[in-house]
Amino acid sequence: MEAWLRAAVEDAERRGVPDLKPLLEGLAQSTLMLRAADWNDYVPGDGKAEGNETGTRR
Amino acid sequence: MNPLLDLSIVELAPRIAAREISCSEVTEACLARISDDNGRLNAFITILADQARADASRADAEIAAGRYRGPLHGVPVSLKDLVDLAGVPTTAGSRVLEHHVAAADAAVTARLREAGAIFLGKCNLHEFAFGTTSEDSAFGPVRNPWDSTRSPGGSSGGSAAAVVTGMGFASIGTDTGGSIRIPSAVCGCVGLKPTSGELPCDGIIPLSWTLDHVGPLARRVADAWLLFQVMAGNRNPRALPATRVPPSSLRLGLLKPYFTDVLDSGVRDQFGIELGRLAKAGVAISDRAVPHATDTATIYLHLQLPEASAYHAPVLEAHPDLYTTPVRQRLEMGRYVLAEDYARARFGATVLRREVDAALEGLDALVLPTVPITAQPIGSTALTIGGQSHPVRALMLRLTQLFDVTGHPAISLPCGRSGENLPVGLQLVGRHGRTPDLLTVAATIEAVIGQRDQR
Repeated sequence: MEAWLRAAVEDAERRGVPDLKPLLEGLAQSTLMLRAADWNDYVPGDGKAEGNETGTRR
Repeated sequence: MNPLLDLSIVELAPRIAAREISCSEVTEACLARISDDNGRLNAFITILADQARADASRADAEIAAGRYRGPLHGVPVSLKDLVDLAGVPTTAGSRVLEHHVAAADAAVTARLREAGAIFLGKCNLHEFAFGTTSEDSAFGPVRNPWDSTRSPGGSSGGSAAAVVTGMGFASIGTDTGGSIRIPSAVCGCVGLKPTSGELPCDGIIPLSWTLDHVGPLARRVADAWLLFQVMAGNRNPRALPATRVPPSSLRLGLLKPYFTDVLDSGVRDQFGIELGRLAKAGVAISDRAVPHATDTATIYLHLQLPEASAYHAPVLEAHPDLYTTPVRQRLEMGRYVLAEDYARARFGATVLRREVDAALEGLDALVLPTVPITAQPIGSTALTIGGQSHPVRALMLRLTQLFDVTGHPAISLPCGRSGENLPVGLQLVGRHGRTPDLLTVAATIEAVIGQRDQR
């Protein structure tokens, strides 16, 4: 996420919207949480999301 | 206030049908109320006084000729200014659409028109529905009827302010993260978000196409029921069954722990009092959980931001200066969400939906507060609860956005007032696709906890 954040902030500055920097930092934190969620360990459509506890781990 | 404006639609309709009250008389009463109060509250962007008078006159003529259309015939209502009404500007509260006039009615508008509703005007809102306070509008902030220094919530803030002050008998709002239920809770009226996809969003400016819902703000559950049925395409809406489900037959699931962890003391106390009343009336209440509820905000963010940005991208590129700064910043943010994270969020939404389905097993509905806080002073951005500072926007969305993500029907009911004399909302959540069942449960709960106060 560090590389993504650096690139996003640079892009925002290049586009003339440097006020996005603190918001992008917040988005990065949120994206880290999204990627760390334990349901990411399960393949979509494997039954876990259907309430079946025997879903397939990646 | 004119006593006519104390009536609910279900009380008003038979009197209009019997010609005890004319549609013109009711419309004039609402227009007088708007004339008195809109300067203070800024609830309306466009007031259609002449058009409403003409429509009311036609409605009276139809009844005189024996053509009564049903319980919305001659009932004055308003539309959030995101919902198209043919020939009238739809501004979305933004300078972006300053010169835009709707060419046709939105699908729900057309159904309400066919049912005989009278349109009083278009209500102010948070710009493009992208906010929870109704402060960021090109037409100035909407103010809370209970305390005009405070926000009415949002984004359908003008609609809620109009309904609780008698500036119309109901309003049509939209709900992407809670935008019907939040202002209903902090202003003190009923707000219904139906099941996802149940009511058509055609002719309504989108915020986030997978999360958007349209629904009514009203004074009573029975009124919300009528409006829901008409907007769903029912040309002969039946009244809410007069025989209510007895409270002792209801089983509610109290959502914990995420849903009760962060509550302002005024909301916690009042919600607790009302739960006690429900239990005393015989309602069985058991604890339920949604295991991944803590992931709701991040899932929501990764869906809503890019979907909103996709819609606004061309204008955002050409005329960013036309948006208010907070809304422009949020729209810009969506352009940085990666496709892989959007896909992860979509899967997360499926997980949450299954968990809410599971939490509902064996129950009639889930129950929780609608908003963890009461109406906040206009301009406030953070609030400390339990020694921790929270952004107001996150608090406002905390208990409602889950059900936009999962699509379950949810309704906010007035639940008394906090120690500061500000309204508190109680939220009920029903099974997917079973909005009428949820409304039946809500009518029983409403009878136990009381009805809305009017300003």
